[in-house]
Amino acid sequence: MSDSEKKKPNRRDFIVTATTAAGAVGVGAVVWPLVDQMNPDASVKALASTEVDISAVEPGQSITVLWRGKPVFIKRRTKEEIDSARAVDLSELKHPEKDEDRAKNPEWLVMLGVCTHLGCVPLTDKGDYGAWFCPCHGSHYDTSGRIRKGPAPTNMEVPKYEFVNSNTIKIG
Amino acid sequence: MSDHEYTPKSKVGKWFNDRLPLLTLANHLTDYPTPKNLNYWWTFGGILTFCLITQIITGIVLGMHYVAHADLAFQSVEHIMRDVNYGWLIRYVHANGASMFFLAVYIHIFRSLYYGSYKSPREVIWIIGMLIYFLMMATAFMGYVLPWGQMSFWGATVITNLFSAIPLIGESITNWLWGGYSVDNPTLTRFFSLHYLFPFLILGLVVLHIWALHVPGNNNPIGIDIKKPSKDTVPFHPYIVIKDAFALLIFLLIFAFFVFFSPNILGHADNYIEANPLVTPAHIVPEWYLLPFYAILRSVPDKLLGVIAMFAAIFVLVILPWLDTSKVRSTVFRPIYKQFYWFLVADVLILGYVGAMPAEGLYLLIARVATAYYFAHFLIILPFLGMKEKTTPLPLSITEPVLGGSADMAMARNNSDFKEKL
Repeated sequence: MSDSEKKKPNRRDFIVTATTAAGAVGVGAVVWPLVDQMNPDASVKALASTEVDISAVEPGQSITVLWRGKPVFIKRRTKEEIDSARAVDLSELKHPEKDEDRAKNPEWLVMLGVCTHLGCVPLTDKGDYGAWFCPCHGSHYDTSGRIRKGPAPTNMEVPKYEFVNSNTIKIG
Repeated sequence: MSDHEYTPKSKVGKWFNDRLPLLTLANHLTDYPTPKNLNYWWTFGGILTFCLITQIITGIVLGMHYVAHADLAFQSVEHIMRDVNYGWLIRYVHANGASMFFLAVYIHIFRSLYYGSYKSPREVIWIIGMLIYFLMMATAFMGYVLPWGQMSFWGATVITNLFSAIPLIGESITNWLWGGYSVDNPTLTRFFSLHYLFPFLILGLVVLHIWALHVPGNNNPIGIDIKKPSKDTVPFHPYIVIKDAFALLIFLLIFAFFVFFSPNILGHADNYIEANPLVTPAHIVPEWYLLPFYAILRSVPDKLLGVIAMFAAIFVLVILPWLDTSKVRSTVFRPIYKQFYWFLVADVLILGYVGAMPAEGLYLLIARVATAYYFAHFLIILPFLGMKEKTTPLPLSITEPVLGGSADMAMARNNSDFKEKL
């Protein structure tokens, strides 16, 4: 055995290695399109942004719009709701984020209405913090959409958005 | 394969069999020596084969009328129910057939647990069986999504989101599974495609499952090795065939009761509301057969650990042959394990019950205790009990307690004359 192990690689070893390597690349080249076809396609990605008219939303009201197939909450917060969100000590939070960073314009909170646990849509104005409550597995969110109690690991996600003008938000 | 060589009687049969030995296979299957003490818990293999074939046939028919598109799927299911000739019957058989399939598979699995059918030399049969069970769950889950009702949509959302718990790549994986950024039309079409494929994979595994079974032969209620063929065995046909057929008829009575008298009792009313991505139903529950695992998922307060616990609950079954250290197969001779066996049955039923209840208060506490016990049964009780338990004496053969003519089995065992006759 030890003789053959020490043997210098010959031309046949080279052919075997080269063929195996070329074969592996070939298999990879065939498998990748079959895997990648399941990723979001061009038509799905094309729906990347949506504009929302928010002129009719009164303070304290919340509207839900669909963006990329997911609900987006647009909440016009009252003074009390903003104050309670900003008064929270960050050390109390499971996923510490300042309200100032989540809502650039403090009156408007824009976030994905998707519970970060398993993707249900939380109910508005419910739960221990008077804000959002997910009925599926009992996650409570505060007036900044931050997770406070329950199984969800992170705060509700704030998508990329901008104010086109004072009455229109562009999400995405 | 059988010990004796088989030669077809007819000339044509012999000509064909020399070229493709299908007749030898048929002869093996009919003559296959089977323990003569098999009870009715052993009839569920045949019943499960029947269930699989029923699902495939009704499914192919439904596929002729169903439209896999987010805008049309819900309507097409109502079209099947109202317009297609006997569409209601075929769909109700398919929907309730899934439940009956799981009912049978759970009895089949617990039969194995009671009589130690997963132990050496039958580990591979057991592992293939677990693969089948796992594929069944995946198939049933994807099938439940196809009608595109509220429960379909939100069940799909919750289950696919399980993968988002994986660190770093979780989100990419869920987007890949969805073909988008949420459950939507691309998700529906791929689920339809895979829901059509998986039953045929299951069918292939069933062939391997039976092949693996025919190597050592059936286990039996007293769990001892037997000589084959011998006085302890009977040919599969007609003895087992007729017993299986009778059990299947009883099973069909129950099946027919659900189909004709309460076809929706096992379903969920919310699934007759079309999918709406903006509104989550107040209370999401999976189908009854997934409830124990759902309870385990919810009993862990951490998202990633909950998902790990749920998959571990299935995986622990796969490695069961190596967790149970007892050499004695049948629970009949294991007085202490017998009690733990029934504790496990109760534990799984409790998990199923709390899985259907809201995850809060007392229900959550019960779910946590039951989850802990579930894992303790497999990871602590089984390995240690196998080493410590004093089992009762095993008979030498199936016929011994009967032919020995005495309740005192030791006497029969010491009777060398009797041993030779066996």
